[in-house]
Amino acid sequence: MPLEVDERKCNGCGICEEICPVDAIRLDKNRKPYLKYDECWYCDSCEIECPEKALKAKLPYLIE
Amino acid sequence: MEVDLITDVLVIGGGSAGCMAAIKAKHANPSLRVTVAEKAHAKRSGSISRGMDGMNIVAVPGISSSEEYVESMRIRCDGILDEELCYLMAAESYSIVKELEAWGVSFTKDDSGNYQLLKVHPKGRFLLPMVAPDLKVILLEQMQKAGVDIMNHTMAISLSSNDQRVTGATFLNTRTGDILSIEAKSTILATGPAGRFGLPSSGYLYGTYECPANSGDGYYLGYHAGAELTGFEYTMRSFLIKDFNGPLWYIVTTRGGKVFNGLGQELAADHLSSNRLISDVVVNEVHDGRGPIYMQLKHLSEETIEELEGVLFTTERPTQKKFFAGREIDFRKDWIELEQSEVYLCSGHGITGLVVDANAMTSLEGLLAAGDVAAVPMQHLTGAFVFGSIAGETAAKIASALKTEAVERKSSGHDRVNSILSQRGSIQLSSFEHKLRRMISQYLPSPKNEMRLRTVLSWIERFRNNFLNLAVRDSHELGRALELESIMDCAEMSAKASIERRESRWGLVHFRTDFPERDNQNYLKHIMIKKDQDTGQMTLFSRPPQANGRRRECL
Repeated sequence: MPLEVDERKCNGCGICEEICPVDAIRLDKNRKPYLKYDECWYCDSCEIECPEKALKAKLPYLIE
Repeated sequence: MEVDLITDVLVIGGGSAGCMAAIKAKHANPSLRVTVAEKAHAKRSGSISRGMDGMNIVAVPGISSSEEYVESMRIRCDGILDEELCYLMAAESYSIVKELEAWGVSFTKDDSGNYQLLKVHPKGRFLLPMVAPDLKVILLEQMQKAGVDIMNHTMAISLSSNDQRVTGATFLNTRTGDILSIEAKSTILATGPAGRFGLPSSGYLYGTYECPANSGDGYYLGYHAGAELTGFEYTMRSFLIKDFNGPLWYIVTTRGGKVFNGLGQELAADHLSSNRLISDVVVNEVHDGRGPIYMQLKHLSEETIEELEGVLFTTERPTQKKFFAGREIDFRKDWIELEQSEVYLCSGHGITGLVVDANAMTSLEGLLAAGDVAAVPMQHLTGAFVFGSIAGETAAKIASALKTEAVERKSSGHDRVNSILSQRGSIQLSSFEHKLRRMISQYLPSPKNEMRLRTVLSWIERFRNNFLNLAVRDSHELGRALELESIMDCAEMSAKASIERRESRWGLVHFRTDFPERDNQNYLKHIMIKKDQDTGQMTLFSRPPQANGRRRECL
């Protein structure tokens, strides 16, 4: 589960899902982000672009 | 073929070079329609999604000259370079720095306000550190300000052409699966390198040094349209933080960091930081059983360590902070293990790419190229900006002068997509990719010999057959499958160019155990690749490096 989302803070804006450099993030039916494709480059763009500081990106297990 | 959209200047790829090209095309002629198609999102895409800590090549007047830079490049490229491109890049680097400063990018200066240049080239001091974690954001703002149209999640799948020229491209929207064809008067390829190429030793497909979205798409597109390519035998590997696969070497050794082998013996740092053969020295240590290789910082001053942390933990690959924390490595005191990266093809660090002239024009009319996809050797970010600028200006000139012509165009984009969608395959995408890239890693890089390289070719033939049995579940995976075709083509080009160069050159980059000596008499030349447009065959030929020349006047 490489994306940790604080559901109380997340406002469902979808910025993380838009800007991912490998386009691996999607929103679920409640507009909360998840890593749909196992393609994270651990760049942290999603975390830094989150306006609500609701998201933490963990390193992929093979890398951590 | 139906056209969905008509523009004047089409830029494929919204990374450093593509953004700069679009901005400059619009500045050159604001009445032109300039369209950028980016397969992720231009705000955070490409190699520098998280910014960059330096411009590696800046010739600051009074410090280092373009002549010194060319001299450095002759050494680094072992004579395989077109000098005018290197000269031009250095000559225009300072004005790019000034322009970026005006846009809000900050470069490092000393107390007296002079640029603080570091030495990483054999001659001269050219590396100018910068504090630019939001470089892409700044470029996006400049594009928006200039009025550039940006299409995100739009991946180029083939170039269109008529009998005379490239006339645009066909795209896949990787979110919706829609196919879109765009007609343009001039088209700029700025798709980056083949960074997702060899398999990282971590085994993680997307744990590459270069941004894994950079899968050699532009090499594929240019090749199939008939453009000339070069430098595919330059099979790069870099020395990086083990497993994390991010950069540390230049940033740390230029500030006094020390490198040790597994026996605790220090490897001479100043020699390592300025010599092209750095990785050769280190690789030989490992090969001879004196690994692993470590870096140490504990002897450095608090001030220097803070500076390093400021750079490393905020810019380019800032998640190394999380990485060290997770592994319980104290960056300030502990040994930091380094390892060789996977093999990749690139002109940012290497020499691979579409052949371009001093106007950033490729061998095809109407097609330009800039950044890691264009064969300006070892150009780093500086080249992306300088040749991005040149490409934008040239493309604007061409588009301004060209009248729209209604001519029959051909494009193979629809065929590519339809053939993948029509198959009901059973091979999982990630399994296919893992095996393909594992074979690339195992047989393509040095030490090379003809048998190993022919093994790559026989595997590629096999993979092309297996590709017909690939399972693709959605439009995102369709895009990934198309990227695998680029990776296969790049591997074939690289193996064939490596076979063709029957000598050894560039240290361990191209070391042939069956031809271990350098042979200047026969191989002081570029190995060129082109697709024969009549037979469809990959053809190889050679041409001598261009010692000098002037910027060609276009039009």
